Amino acid sequence: MKALSVEKMSIRFGSVTVLPEVSFEVAAGECFGLVGESGSGKSTVLRCASLLLSSWQGEVRIGGVPVREMPLMERCRTLQMVFQDPYGSLHPRHSIRSVLSEPLRIHGLDDREARMAQALEDVGLPPDFLDRYPHQLSGGQRQRVAIARALILEPAVLLLDEPTSALDVSVQAEILNLLARLREERSFTYLMVSHDLAVIDHMCDRFAVMQAGEIVEVLPRDAIPSNQADAPYARELIGASLTYERAL
Amino acid sequence: MSHPILDVAGLTVRYPGAAQPAVRGVSFQLGRERLGIVGESGSGKSTVGRALMRLLPGAEVSAERMRFEEVDLTAATERQMLKIRGARMSMILQDPKFSLNPIRRCGLQIEEAYRTHVRSSRAEARARALAMLEAVQIRDPERVYDLYPHEVSGGMGQRVMIAMMLLTDPDLVIADEPTSALDVTVRLQVLKILDDLVREKGIGLIMISHDLNLVRNFCDRVLIMYAGRVVETLAARDLDRAQHPYTRGLLAAQPRIGGKRAPLPVLQREAAWNEDREEMA
Ligand SMILES: Nc1ncnc2c1ncn2[C@@H]1O[C@H](COP(=O)(O)OP(=O)(O)OP(=O)(O)O)[C@@H](O)[C@H]1O
Ligand SMILES: Nc1ncnc2c1ncn2[C@@H]1O[C@H](COP(=O)(O)OP(=O)(O)OP(=O)(O)O)[C@@H](O)[C@H]1O
Ligand SMILES: [Mg+2]
Ligand SMILES: [Mg+2]
Repeated sequence: MKALSVEKMSIRFGSVTVLPEVSFEVAAGECFGLVGESGSGKSTVLRCASLLLSSWQGEVRIGGVPVREMPLMERCRTLQMVFQDPYGSLHPRHSIRSVLSEPLRIHGLDDREARMAQALEDVGLPPDFLDRYPHQLSGGQRQRVAIARALILEPAVLLLDEPTSALDVSVQAEILNLLARLREERSFTYLMVSHDLAVIDHMCDRFAVMQAGEIVEVLPRDAIPSNQADAPYARELIGASLTYERAL
Repeated sequence: MSHPILDVAGLTVRYPGAAQPAVRGVSFQLGRERLGIVGESGSGKSTVGRALMRLLPGAEVSAERMRFEEVDLTAATERQMLKIRGARMSMILQDPKFSLNPIRRCGLQIEEAYRTHVRSSRAEARARALAMLEAVQIRDPERVYDLYPHEVSGGMGQRVMIAMMLLTDPDLVIADEPTSALDVTVRLQVLKILDDLVREKGIGLIMISHDLNLVRNFCDRVLIMYAGRVVETLAARDLDRAQHPYTRGLLAAQPRIGGKRAPLPVLQREAAWNEDREEMA
């Protein structure tokens, strides 16, 4: 069970400052949501925290330890990320078997076949998918493979970038139930990006609203149904989501 | 339907080496309307779209009938398709970042797609592309124009794709999960653009989506797909009164704002749903 803290994270690309300075804390075992405008920097926060991007300022700590100081192997078993674009994260010429077995091999885990079969079952895919390649899967099936890969090392902290937006609601329900169960049983900590406030309300304890690289407000989930946000953009976003759920 | 834009009967698609066809006997017509397709992940929705666009090299595609306006899509040559695809019928693909060329700037790709089908100067194409990016609510179109696909966010990539596909004024737009990565405010604005095209220009729109709220409120009719078949066709506003157990299961599985935080009901799939049945579409 590990807490995640993001302290004064900032990054720029060329002359554009995408994150001026972002700070927030996720308690050990908490599910914390990140919502906000498309292009506001949500994925960038996750990519910095997982060190996919390295040229950022500030500090990210997991269980008090700066991620930059963790040895690679330890970091992989502490922190995993599910990407927004499943295509980008799966190598086109690697079969699903090699996608799932590689982390197991690197970390010297035994019972690989059983673990791979279990990981696929957890995300609702049949075991014969191990011999397929990413282009032979539908969009949602690829996303489920990406989730299975992130879970297979049982990391303490999971960064989830729109994990279910490519999935139909029935598969989404299975994945959300799985994530909730893992959190209950093993006290995983989640940082979850979503555009769907119903998913945030269902999964998260608290969430941050981002606009143009800044967190404009952090709210408890109970603030959603009656729209208790103070920041204008957060009010607008929650208001639009409430209308959207009732009628367009 | 007197003059449908699209008329499909008995569409079946089998991928090489697959035991079962991915799409089995799908029939429907599309007028100047918004037709939603919903269904389980892997049920064949994108495959239907790609079959209509004739973008399935290697797969076995058969149909009793597959017409787009005056074009017989079962018989059209690739040369004819090159003229039609992207000009008169466009598909907004599900994985925009994968579908865009990774080594060309986003704006240039929109500009080129336009110039492939419409005679115009580069400056004119650029101006149109920038205006379209602005219309889809891209905050800083000039900057985004010069970015490579890996440098734009998920939702920006979707909007680049939408801009590219709408710029040529197609008569038929197949939108495969076009707004899944957009925040609700921007999503409503993008839907408004598509809506205006249907109302004002009379295009036909196929909207493949997992978002039941979107389909219920935005579309006119909905096809529900399960395991390669259309299992139910409904007026979108009647979605909540769906009869098929699969559709009912879908509705129940949706989390709701202010709902119980108990585990969500999941589908108990039944073999019977795969069986042949009378289909109306
Ligand atoms: N490598 C890069 N070079 C230049 N700009 C970049 C790069 N990566 C990200 N950006 C910019 O950073 C901003 C934030 O992008 P990010 O992907 O974090 O947004 P997001 O909040 O995840 O949006 P979405 O909801 O659409 O996925 C965007 O304006 C994007 O163009
Ligand atoms: N190139 C391919 N080779 C073999 N099988 C394929 C190929 N492309 C897709 N499939 C299979 O065909 C079925 C239908 O895929 P399709 O992409 O049409 O699903 P979908 O309904 O769009 O799903 P999603 O909602 O997840 O995008 C899936 O089971 C998929 O695994
Ligand atoms: Mg993103
Ligand atoms: Mg699809």
